[in-house]
Amino acid sequence: MDTRPDPGHVLSADRPGRFGPYGGRYVPEALIAALDELDREYTAAKQDPLFQADLTNLLTTYTGRPTPITEAARFGAEAAGGARVLLKREDLNHTGSHKINNVLGQALLTKRIGKPRVIAETGAGQHGVATATAAALMGLECVIYMGEEDTRRQALNVARMRLLGATVVPVTTGSRTLKDAINEALRDWVTNVATTNYVFGTVAGPHPFPTLVRDLQRIIGVEARQQVLDLTGKLPDAVAACVGGGSNAIGIFHAFVDDPEVALYGFEAGGDGVATGRHAATITAGSPGVLHGARSYLLQDDMGQTIESHSISAGLDYPGVGPEHAWLKDSGRASYEPVDDADAMEAFRLLCRTEGIIPAIESSHALAGARRLGERLGPDATILVNLSGRGDKDVDTAAKWFDLMDESGEVAP
Amino acid sequence: MTTTVAFEKARAEGRAALIGYLPAGYPTVEGSITALKAMVEAGVDAVEIGLPYSDPVIDGPTVQAAVEAALKAGTTTADVLRVVEAVAATGAPAVVMSYWNPLQRYGAAAFARDLAAAGGSGVITPDLTPDADDTWIPAAREHGLDTVFLVAPSSTDDRIAMTTAACRGFVYATSVMGVTGTRDQVGDAAAGLVARTKATTDLPVAVGLGVSNGAQAAEIAAYADGVVAGSAFVRRLLEAADHAAGVASVAELAADLAGGVRTR
Ligand SMILES: Cc1ncc(COP(=O)(O)O)c(C=O)c1O
Repeated sequence: MDTRPDPGHVLSADRPGRFGPYGGRYVPEALIAALDELDREYTAAKQDPLFQADLTNLLTTYTGRPTPITEAARFGAEAAGGARVLLKREDLNHTGSHKINNVLGQALLTKRIGKPRVIAETGAGQHGVATATAAALMGLECVIYMGEEDTRRQALNVARMRLLGATVVPVTTGSRTLKDAINEALRDWVTNVATTNYVFGTVAGPHPFPTLVRDLQRIIGVEARQQVLDLTGKLPDAVAACVGGGSNAIGIFHAFVDDPEVALYGFEAGGDGVATGRHAATITAGSPGVLHGARSYLLQDDMGQTIESHSISAGLDYPGVGPEHAWLKDSGRASYEPVDDADAMEAFRLLCRTEGIIPAIESSHALAGARRLGERLGPDATILVNLSGRGDKDVDTAAKWFDLMDESGEVAP
Repeated sequence: MTTTVAFEKARAEGRAALIGYLPAGYPTVEGSITALKAMVEAGVDAVEIGLPYSDPVIDGPTVQAAVEAALKAGTTTADVLRVVEAVAATGAPAVVMSYWNPLQRYGAAAFARDLAAAGGSGVITPDLTPDADDTWIPAAREHGLDTVFLVAPSSTDDRIAMTTAACRGFVYATSVMGVTGTRDQVGDAAAGLVARTKATTDLPVAVGLGVSNGAQAAEIAAYADGVVAGSAFVRRLLEAADHAAGVASVAELAADLAGGVRTR
């Protein structure tokens, strides 16, 4: 008998917002009313056929869902131990990543609540671009907080957000990355909560965000599970996803949680290597505590001060992780492993060369993980990989990494 | 002295109590002790000692700057307790203001024990509401510490009642929706919030966020039992040419505010 707890149900049923000992709501009292309002409206919207119809319509006619799965035959044969590798193509969504799935739902909720302004944090810029996109579509004012370091390494996305009419605020505090962008967005929210909805980009943060964002990203796994069954006649042996805050990973994992024969693997950013201390492998190397409103694993020192994370991938460069992942880890239902910068970039290169797909560097961590799983599980295995985003935004970083361009942007002869 | 006694004393004198905030460890541990003691000598009734935290989401740029410097200088939780001990020795009640993660990391029970041993009176928890966690309140009760939670203009009446029921010592009412920082106006929301809060409790209600001068303190003292000033003190230290000048400037502000709470 399978006695593993089922995170999907146990948790949200009797203690809303708790995933075992994780999750909850550790926020200033000033924000409680807005979080309650969001929770209430979301609960109502879930039962409202009109809201569901609006969302489905946008996901189909605007985003292009369902996204296909692509058999990565050459990648599997040449780069992943001969395993059968299937890519869930979230990179083909409008705006180029899975982030839009969540944003469209939250933007519709914002309209429903009646607030005229949205704010968001962004790391890689994909959540910022998605939020700016939805704001343009629905006529909402939009302000995006982005660490200064990330505005530099993801400059293309800064330009995209501005073209879409959003205000991008570079954040210069702390590590100047995603963590600090969230701090600044929370400060904005505390101040402007009467007119503003915070469109949170991942399955972290205070309740209801981990549940709300999870539910809006669940569609990835719901589609993929059926697509894999249709294509192969059986469930995959393993599902692989990269984990920053954890939204694309939860999105693809969730439909498989009740399938004990399917192994779930989250790949965290190992940066320069976990042993160097310069990484973002929160579950691998962190400990339980509270950051950004929820209890989960985080990178912290003995005093409970957050330790700055490091990764070549702006979207994974975060010292926290969503609470449901912490619980999936403790309950043993999912496994988490680090993938360092070099391995991720090698997987990036290999996917370009074997499949003609330029992946996001975030997603390349999942691809590197799939290579490892392929070696481990062998040629009979089927591995489903969440290709969470496309790599256009990363061309600059990759060109420098592979010496195709020098630091000043000159193309190599 | 406890905060309760300090509020009673102020009330007996027909005025509001004045509470001053500074983070421990800025510019140094010793430097923060000197500044806090100067505050007390200049007329502050109780002090609020900030425990520096890496992600202070309810603090504006002024407090962030000081706290970041305190952490860079290596300030530890043990240092914070040392500051509490030194300031409490003056006889003024000393409460700690701390985000939840450093407290839970130290251990709620251990922190309550060590804070009480250092002579601390209680803890203000800006990102911990009474319903968020079940470990802090019992630990604080066991060691006789004040549990000071925040109420905000956006709080419903039900939440205010729930919050004040969990408070000991006093209730902290945030005057405006926003982060810490000095403001030209404290906001109309504060008086209404204090009235709604007082309808649920006999505890003293102190108002904070944005208070920067004696006139504002007087305005708040007209309807609240206490006035909290923080960023204004921090700014005096940040902008001073040297620490001695900063301490003198802190004392000067404390005297101005102390005058304010006496002219209601
Ligand atoms: C393409 C892509 N994948 C993954 C992530 C990481 O976020 P999450 O872990 O929430 O999926 C990001 C974040 O920016 C992203 O842009």
